[in-house]
Amino acid sequence: MNRYPLWKNLIVIVALAFGLLYTLPNFYGEVPAVQVSSVKATIKVEPALAKPIEEALAAAGIGHTGLFAEHGSVRVRFADTETQLKAREVIERRLNPEASDPTYSVALNLLSASPAWMSSIGALPMYLGLDLRGGVHFLLQVDMQGALTKRLDALSADLRTLLRDKSIRHAGIAREGMSLVIRFRDADVREKARVLLGENQPDLDFAESAGSDAEGPFRLVARLKPAAEKRIQEYAIKQNMTTLHNRINELGVAEPVIQQQGADRIVVQLPGVQDTAKAKDILGRTATLEVRMVDEEASSNASLLAQAAQGQVPPGLDYYVERGGHGLFLKRQVVLTGERLTDAQPGFDGQTNEPAVHLTLDAAGARIFKEVTRENVGKRMAILLIEKGKGEVVTAPVIRTEIGGGRVQISGRMTTTEAHDVALLLRAGSLAAPMEIIEERTVGPSLGAENIAKGFNSTLWGFVALALFIAVYYALFGVISVVALIANLMLLIALLSLLQATLTLPGIAAIALTLGMAIDANVLINERIREELRNGSTPHAAINAGYERAWGTILDSNITTLIAGLALLIFGSGPVRGFAVVHCLGILTSMFSAVVVSRALVNALHGRRKLDKLSIGTVWKPQMADQKALKG
Amino acid sequence: MEFFRIRNDIPFMRHALKFNIISLLTFLAAVFFLATRGLNLSVEFTGGTLIEVRYEQAAEPDKIRQALSQAGYSDFTVQNFGTPRDMLIRLPLKGEQNTARVSEGVMAALAAGAPGAQLSRVEFVGPQVGRELAENGALALLVVIVGIMLYLAMRFEWRFAVSAIIANLHDVIIILGFFAAFQWEFSLSVLAAVLAVLGYSVNESVVVFDRVRETFKKKRGLTTPQVLDHAITSTISRTVITHGSTQIMVLSMLIFGGEVLYYFSLALTIGILFGIYSSVLVASPLVMWLGVSREQFVEKKKDESERANDGAVV
Repeated sequence: MNRYPLWKNLIVIVALAFGLLYTLPNFYGEVPAVQVSSVKATIKVEPALAKPIEEALAAAGIGHTGLFAEHGSVRVRFADTETQLKAREVIERRLNPEASDPTYSVALNLLSASPAWMSSIGALPMYLGLDLRGGVHFLLQVDMQGALTKRLDALSADLRTLLRDKSIRHAGIAREGMSLVIRFRDADVREKARVLLGENQPDLDFAESAGSDAEGPFRLVARLKPAAEKRIQEYAIKQNMTTLHNRINELGVAEPVIQQQGADRIVVQLPGVQDTAKAKDILGRTATLEVRMVDEEASSNASLLAQAAQGQVPPGLDYYVERGGHGLFLKRQVVLTGERLTDAQPGFDGQTNEPAVHLTLDAAGARIFKEVTRENVGKRMAILLIEKGKGEVVTAPVIRTEIGGGRVQISGRMTTTEAHDVALLLRAGSLAAPMEIIEERTVGPSLGAENIAKGFNSTLWGFVALALFIAVYYALFGVISVVALIANLMLLIALLSLLQATLTLPGIAAIALTLGMAIDANVLINERIREELRNGSTPHAAINAGYERAWGTILDSNITTLIAGLALLIFGSGPVRGFAVVHCLGILTSMFSAVVVSRALVNALHGRRKLDKLSIGTVWKPQMADQKALKG
Repeated sequence: MEFFRIRNDIPFMRHALKFNIISLLTFLAAVFFLATRGLNLSVEFTGGTLIEVRYEQAAEPDKIRQALSQAGYSDFTVQNFGTPRDMLIRLPLKGEQNTARVSEGVMAALAAGAPGAQLSRVEFVGPQVGRELAENGALALLVVIVGIMLYLAMRFEWRFAVSAIIANLHDVIIILGFFAAFQWEFSLSVLAAVLAVLGYSVNESVVVFDRVRETFKKKRGLTTPQVLDHAITSTISRTVITHGSTQIMVLSMLIFGGEVLYYFSLALTIGILFGIYSSVLVASPLVMWLGVSREQFVEKKKDESERANDGAVV
């Protein structure tokens, strides 16, 4: 008798229930939604933001069908596109009272229409790739060599200052390739310099070498230490990613993807973005820092300030509002720009213990800063953060003493997170290594929809034809095979939804192909059962032997297919990876459904009964044909 | 319904030499086309820019060509893509050009010379990426071959592993030969299809070999060719039904999948057809010629019985 123990049946039922549950979200379709995220690096979207949004919508009499406040964004679903557009207006007005200086991006998006409880257990629709939903994909190469030479150039200025401060005479410092060469006229001075520089520059390795030219026969060659090199490169890519994040936020893209790929590449995916020209422009911009002097006279004149607040600014001055709300006038002349910045780190003020950002200036910057602070003791100096062409005064402290050494601290009215973000942003603006687009894929939204339709139709009609054929050829066992195949499809889609693997058009092709290949296991089993029947086995024995004997073959053949799938997964990129993921998952689900699920069905149908024959199509036996021929 | 009503084993091995000669000739033809014409590699491998545009009415390729020439582009190709309204423009990599900006330049040129174009798709691949993709593709192929050989050698015997790989590799060459002969575009998704088919048609050899092993163990008194004939004959029904089923799906992709999936499913179709042929009619004779025999499968049992005899003597 063919019967499954209870636990095996339970496994099948649980697996199918799981499959059904996680496949379901894909059938709900998508509804219009509005997504709110922060434009400024210093402001994070908190779940508390949901409240003002809800209030604004209620005040405007707009009903929503779900509000989700989660990691870094608030999303609100609406019944139709019209409501969605109206709601965006309302939310935009509420959150960004000043249209010219938005704090939040309020973007249109599509969200799954599945009930909230499904989303909460991670049952989401499959994640569609750009070729299916339309959008832009960029692969950016970060110029690591550029990051290193930039750093070396900055270091050469530092070395010059150090040597001059200690009155060590040298005959020139120059960057030659990836090293700095310092020339000296005699060996003693060189030795002195080597000791001094070695103590002060932990990132550099110094080696002596003999020069050929008469000007400086004694040379000191400085190279970046491997550890420092690695750190600089890691920094460069991190900073570039931060910059990209900030800039992309400005585009108002609902679900941008910014990921590091390999050691020196960044993938940027912007679903739904069509205007590649604008996207490329924005990726090319920088955030930076400016230091300017405050015009004390004008800034203490209350009437001038009041006028400026209404837009009348005295000539030669700029009006800014400091954090905390005080207006002030800045002189047009820029003392320092972010280019002079070599590093920015979050930390704390040594005396007040307030959160602060520690800036390190390069040698030239340090000199300028020293001079300016010496000449302006008692006056105020403003540090501006320039983001997207707009400046914001982060702080405007009074200069107490001359500040030398190129180490500057910004503090005042900052939280720890803010200090952290400002530091990141400054580093991003000032230190980003040059980047180059080395791969671009743009897919229009209509093409995306067409691709979905093509993939869907291929799978659907192929499946219908296949199911009909198998059901006719193997009768009841064919129907069981088709049910197993449906289970396979369901489990595969459920897994893809659960893992949120990116589904591409080649991925859909892989689904179709997997179905076409998965039937192999059932064909093997059914053929074996027929063969056993042909050789005179009883129905139950034939079922048992059919499944048992086919299993070894099924395993072998699936493993060889899996080897090919894994190789594609490891070495494939882009469209091939999308194919490989689905292909590999499909092989795994097909082994389960073709063997376990179909057996459970067979057992449930036949297990308890005595059988005279099986409905598995015609089982042709040579002996029978011979007998017929004799009778005739 | 039963398609296969076979009374006696079909004497496939009697024609082994013929099958292999046919196969060798196809293989040589494929190599010839690969050597003389080479593969028509897609932008993904060569680097360059590919732009798909759509017009409201049927597009005029000549006008587009003229517009692009006037804008200073050279070496480009313009062709229809699927429908007369869709045009595909390919531009090679040019050293000095800021390549990431090519698509904008082309769209501007079209707006001036052949207006009405809507951008459907852009693919730009820089030179370093193209080289990497080609290298990774070759590496993937190598890993698949080595992986499958190791598995088969472990599971069966080296003779089976070698025969299966020879048979299936020659499928791969034949698929590539078709792409070279007809200058069909060889893209990343075609490569994926080739590798998938490699894994898949090895299945076929595995199924037959499984039967060979079983027959050797179960039936005494059969010669090696007879065993192979029996194994092939008893699995031929499954072979045809399975590949027919897979082909149904592939055919559906060929018909409904549009331009993007066209070459992908074409590669699969060729792979499936030649896969059946080679893994059954090429791999099996190879196993025979490599000297497979009954002893290789029943050795163990013999050892045991000998040991039992020894015991009896003492």
